[in-house]
Amino acid sequence: MSDIRIIMKKEDYETILEHCRKGLPNEACGLLAGTVEGNVKTVTKVYLLNNIDESNEHFSMDPKEQFAALKDARANGVGLIGNFHSHPESPSRPSEEDKRLSFDPTFEYLILSLQEPDAPVLKAFEVDKEKNVFVHEIEYV
Amino acid sequence: MTFTIAGEKKEYEEGINLTTLIEKEQIDNPDYVTVTINDEFIDRDAFPTTVIKEGDTVEFLYFMGGGAA
Repeated sequence: MSDIRIIMKKEDYETILEHCRKGLPNEACGLLAGTVEGNVKTVTKVYLLNNIDESNEHFSMDPKEQFAALKDARANGVGLIGNFHSHPESPSRPSEEDKRLSFDPTFEYLILSLQEPDAPVLKAFEVDKEKNVFVHEIEYV
Repeated sequence: MTFTIAGEKKEYEEGINLTTLIEKEQIDNPDYVTVTINDEFIDRDAFPTTVIKEGDTVEFLYFMGGGAA
């Protein structure tokens, strides 16, 4: 479904950007809580997680931090709707590894490219069960 | 017997274990799933012997990772 739209507050984008810049030279990652109404997914909270791989080429989230975010989202009456990670030295597009490890076709997979330090690029992707990739529009409010 | 899975109340037979629950819930790629019951992480080796009880809260968490290469 490529007509899905993501609504994100500008300050949430800034939070993601700052977290990913602070994580350099390594990849950084996090989770997104929010709501889904029809084709519109609204981000209500951003969770900043540690990349336990501490690598500039791959990332893994800490399950304990994932679970804490999930519990917090549930306590706020919402769910986890996506995640994000940075590509410090490559474009904003899912790598083969990203696609292979994308298990939830309803999840939003956001990738922030810091390849051009002064021109970061954040894009949102859906990866279906056949590993087809669809780009979703992000609307900043 | 009623318990909560991923925030939703579900009905299952008494004595169901975690391995069977994962099958019945049709969880894709179960090798990449971490499970908590009542906020406790369950070792993968213990899935077949972990019996879900009335009122439990079960959460499934997919491994999340990737690589830029």
